[in-house]
Amino acid sequence: MRSQTQRRVFLVAMAGLAAFLVWGMAGLPRFGTFAGAYSQFLNAHAVAQRAATNVVAAITFDYRGFDTMGEEFILFAAVVGVAILLRTQRDEEERSPTEEAEGRHAPAASNAVRALGLAMVGPIVVFGVYVVAHGHLSPGGGFQGGVVLATGALLVYLSGEYVTLRRVRPEHLIDAAESAGAGGYVAIGVLGLAMTGSFLENVLPLGRPGALLSAGIILPINAAVGLEVAAGFVLLLSEFLEQTLVLQPRGGGTP
Amino acid sequence: MIGHLPQLVAVWLFAVGLYGIVTSRNLVHMVICLSVAQSSTYVLLLSIGFRAGGTAPIFLDVPVGTRAVDPVVKALALTDVVVGATVTALLLALAVQAHKRHGTLDPEEFRSLRG
Repeated sequence: MRSQTQRRVFLVAMAGLAAFLVWGMAGLPRFGTFAGAYSQFLNAHAVAQRAATNVVAAITFDYRGFDTMGEEFILFAAVVGVAILLRTQRDEEERSPTEEAEGRHAPAASNAVRALGLAMVGPIVVFGVYVVAHGHLSPGGGFQGGVVLATGALLVYLSGEYVTLRRVRPEHLIDAAESAGAGGYVAIGVLGLAMTGSFLENVLPLGRPGALLSAGIILPINAAVGLEVAAGFVLLLSEFLEQTLVLQPRGGGTP
Repeated sequence: MIGHLPQLVAVWLFAVGLYGIVTSRNLVHMVICLSVAQSSTYVLLLSIGFRAGGTAPIFLDVPVGTRAVDPVVKALALTDVVVGATVTALLLALAVQAHKRHGTLDPEEFRSLRG
């Protein structure tokens, strides 16, 4: 009954909100007709000004570079938050990789999954690096490529046994990579401050639009973001995997 | 009305997402509903930036000056996606901890379990 009332109250409120939203939307330009002056200008001049053929990347990492730095630190803070929330609690302990107790052992991956997973790791990593490195030329960039790179690590986990693999996991290296990525963005900004007097100002030669080495600081920023996102997502994934596969209440028993 | 269809889709996505959050009986389901509500902002941003007949704002194999869609809202949508992913990860981590402490994912049951 309680949920019935709840639902009715919500539907009345939502009907009101939806009416307001539709009224507001009706005042927007019709679909396909909006032509903002700012976007027109950027589409016409970004390639000449920044030598980046991907105008979205030029906006994200150059014109709005400072905002993107904040965005990167949102990601950093979230990864740290998840790591803190999912740390080993007082009443939990780590399961030993050799434990074989009844019903506690995660089923091993089948040979087909293992073979296919490992065969895909190489191409996925190459593709991730490609997406990061060509962010200023074609669709992609540090955020997208970083996530692709992180799935490479996930494939390794899937094709092996996570509990065994985490012994060889370069945990400190991943932590360091995440911090280096986040710090690298700031370092590039500070370099601009030191050399030109403004934070995140371009300090590298712009090069020819369409060349791999072009677009000034967008490429190194993409690399820093890619490193941070890849390491951050690997940390996120392994934190969640650890919850189900590694941690158990102290003294055994079902969690 | 048909000229505003994408914006109406955004309103609809937001409404069903909120409905799911309000009526949800499972925290994981609730987090997914929040993602649905949030995806309405992607639809809204991209629908505003679309220009009829425009190509992607990437001038690698088309010359500068080709009619292209708005790149600014695309950059905003990228920010939106990243923030959405991090919020989802944090909320799922909270759901894991809530399940550990209370042995349930039903938000109704937390009310009786306070403490």
